[in-house]
Amino acid sequence: MNENRTLELTGWRRPDGRFGIRNHILVIPTSVCSAHTASRIAELTGSIYLPNQHGCCQIGEDLAMTERVLAGFGTNPNVFAALVISLGCETVSLARVAEMIRASGKRCESFSIQDAGGEEKAIERGVAAVNGFKSAAALCKREKMDISDITLALECGGSDTTSGLCANPAIGMVSDRLVALGGAAILSETTEFIGAEHILASRGRTPEVSDKLFGIVRRCEEVVKATGCDLRGTQPTPGNIAGGLTTIEEKSLGCIHKAGSSPVEDVLPYGAAPTGRGLYIMDSPGQDIESITGMVAGGAQVVIFTTGRGTPTGCPIAPVIKLTGNPDTARSMGEHIDVSAGPVVEGTASIADISELLWEELIAVVCGKMTRAEILGHREFGIYRTGPTF
Amino acid sequence: MKKQCVVIDRSDNVATALVPLPAGAEVEADLNGGILRVAVRDDIPFCHKFALYPIKKGQSVIKYGQEIGTALEDIERGGYVHIHNVASARAKSPDGGAE
Repeated sequence: MNENRTLELTGWRRPDGRFGIRNHILVIPTSVCSAHTASRIAELTGSIYLPNQHGCCQIGEDLAMTERVLAGFGTNPNVFAALVISLGCETVSLARVAEMIRASGKRCESFSIQDAGGEEKAIERGVAAVNGFKSAAALCKREKMDISDITLALECGGSDTTSGLCANPAIGMVSDRLVALGGAAILSETTEFIGAEHILASRGRTPEVSDKLFGIVRRCEEVVKATGCDLRGTQPTPGNIAGGLTTIEEKSLGCIHKAGSSPVEDVLPYGAAPTGRGLYIMDSPGQDIESITGMVAGGAQVVIFTTGRGTPTGCPIAPVIKLTGNPDTARSMGEHIDVSAGPVVEGTASIADISELLWEELIAVVCGKMTRAEILGHREFGIYRTGPTF
Repeated sequence: MKKQCVVIDRSDNVATALVPLPAGAEVEADLNGGILRVAVRDDIPFCHKFALYPIKKGQSVIKYGQEIGTALEDIERGGYVHIHNVASARAKSPDGGAE
């Protein structure tokens, strides 16, 4: 067992008390109109920017969600300091986003391109701001942290039969272990709860939490029905049945088993941070990039992602650990895979053996080991939208 | 020895075949501590399920430590477990569920 290793963990302590496992400087464009300028500043300073495609002509909760995600990336403990840059006339408020980041006690500069006197001047001002952060970031030392300081995002994508059979159960054991040690885990992808929401709801900490779970699934289905489609339809599909899946419960359990068997503390809106430790459910779409973006905006410092077919997805500020249950994928898409659960299907290892390997990998990545997605430079980012653009 | 099936949770009453198992095959199921020997009664395709214990009609079929459905008939130990003898409890859900 590695419980002792948790004593040796170090990270960057942020003013709000949370610990980062990376020390990024982040350039945040509040809209697509300032994204190019942000990318130029990031390029010139070797920092990271968010390829924001939204931020203007949005209303209501859809607008609030975009602001929450941008601010959530700024406040995520993996970020040392943030530069927020707007064009100056978009709907997303530069002041609100910057204020939410500053409220965490973090260093944050903000200005609009129109106020700076154009793009060239904005780039010059942005580069100076980021360079100022860089020397301070370099002086920021790693301090002792505990595994309970970790918030883990749970994701699956490009799934196949092996995902539900061995990869997701292995993550579930890691998630339960983290929660038992006082950490937090977030399970998202509301669409994948359909048919097994009663099982997840039965683990709600309070009846209100269970009601919220039923509520997000019902809402998800209503939104789909309004488009004239029915997600539930006839599940499992004939292909699923041929592959060995018998009921919709079994299919959805394969997905939600990433969250092991811990009680569900609460249900979070997209991009919102857990209010305590333990397992949380986030209302998000099943699309991997938007799902991961929501959980990292909610403060997750690290992601574990199971894939059957093999996907390259990363994240701008959080390491994404890839686990495949498919031995063929481990070979053919090996450059994207950090841990293989293939030995379970090959009959040479148990799920518990793989969960042990995965736990060790999680600890190593917390301590600074780069994931395949980090090495390959994957920084996918996508904000979930719930309203049209006007 | 190469494992021929996987049991995800100790409380499961079904195992999933990791190789196609012919009827009559003797397999060892690793229950995370103990080994259970089961002779499969039917041909079990890759990634399909068989019963680890006798499952009575109306009893829950357990995988992942959770109920994935209800047995529609008595299923013998080693018997094939799939849509012909298991029904989704979800399909009977009062909120409409999967019709």
